Amino acid sequence: MENNHDHPVSDKKNILIWVDLLILTFVTIEIAQFDFKALTVIIALLVATIKTILVGYYFMHLKFENRFFRTMVFICLFVLIAVLAFLFIDYSYR
Amino acid sequence: MDTSLHITSQAVHTRRDDEGKRMGMWLFLFTEVLLFGGLFIVYATYRYLNSEEFHNGSARLDWVIGAINTLILLTSSLTVALSVSAVQAGKMKKAKILLWVTILFAIAFLINKYFEWGHKIHLGIFPGMDGFKALSGGESLFFLLYYFMTGLHALHIIVGVTFIGFILYYMKKGEVSPDNYVLHENAGLYWHLVDVIWIYLFPLFYLII
Repeated sequence: MENNHDHPVSDKKNILIWVDLLILTFVTIEIAQFDFKALTVIIALLVATIKTILVGYYFMHLKFENRFFRTMVFICLFVLIAVLAFLFIDYSYR
Repeated sequence: MDTSLHITSQAVHTRRDDEGKRMGMWLFLFTEVLLFGGLFIVYATYRYLNSEEFHNGSARLDWVIGAINTLILLTSSLTVALSVSAVQAGKMKKAKILLWVTILFAIAFLINKYFEWGHKIHLGIFPGMDGFKALSGGESLFFLLYYFMTGLHALHIIVGVTFIGFILYYMKKGEVSPDNYVLHENAGLYWHLVDVIWIYLFPLFYLII
C-alpha cells in the first residue's frame, strides 16, 4: 500500500475547493446572460472542465494517486475529446 | 517445496489490494464517462443542426431549479469528501453524520427533480403528450434528450445513494473502518462522478447558451 494515500485531505482544503466550485457555478450563470455567440458555450464548457479538474484532483484524490491512475484517466478523456473533435471537424466541413 | 509454494500463494491471496479495488472503480467510471460521452455527442450533433430550437427549448426550462440542484450536488460532493477524510482520520461518528447529510442532499435533489418534471408533464411536455406533439422538430429533440439525460443522471443519483446507504451499513458492521475504507472511497468516487456529469448537464440544458 502506498503511504501518500493515507494522508487525509484537510477539512479546510475540502471546503476551499467547494467554495471555488460555487464561485465557478456563479461565473457560469453570469456568463450565460451575455451573448458571445458560439463563444458562450465554449466558455461554459471550459468553466465546467475547470470544475471537473478540481473535483477529480481533490475530491476524487487523483492528486494523491500514483501516476498510473492519472495516465488511465488521461487516456479515457483523450478518447472522448478525440471523438468529439473529429465529430466537429466533420460537421464544420460539410 | 510444494507446501512452501502453497503457503506463499495463500499469503498473496489474503493480502488486501486497496489500490486494485480503487482501480476497478476507476475502470467502471470510464465506462460511465463514455456512456454519457456518447449522449453528449448526440446532444452536440442535434444542437448543431437545430441551434435555434435548442435555444428555445432551453428557455422553457427553469434555470433556478437547475442552479439549486447544482448547489445541492456540489455540497453533497463536499460532504462525501469530508466523510472520507474523517474515516481516514479515525473519526467514525463524524463520517457517518456526513454520509447521512449526503443522503438528505440526494433526496432533496430528487424531490426538486420530481417537481421540475411534474411541472413539465402537467404542461403536457412529455413524449407522447399533446404539448410535446405541438413542439417543433428540434424542440422535441431537445426535450427527448433532456428527459433521457437528466433521467439517466437521476437514476445514477439513486444508485449512488444506495451505495452510500450500504457504506453506512458496513460501517455499523465494522467492515468499513479507519483501517479499511476503500469501499467508502469507491462510493465517494461514484458520487463525485455523478456530480461531474451534472456540472456539464446544467449549463448545456438549463442556461440559454
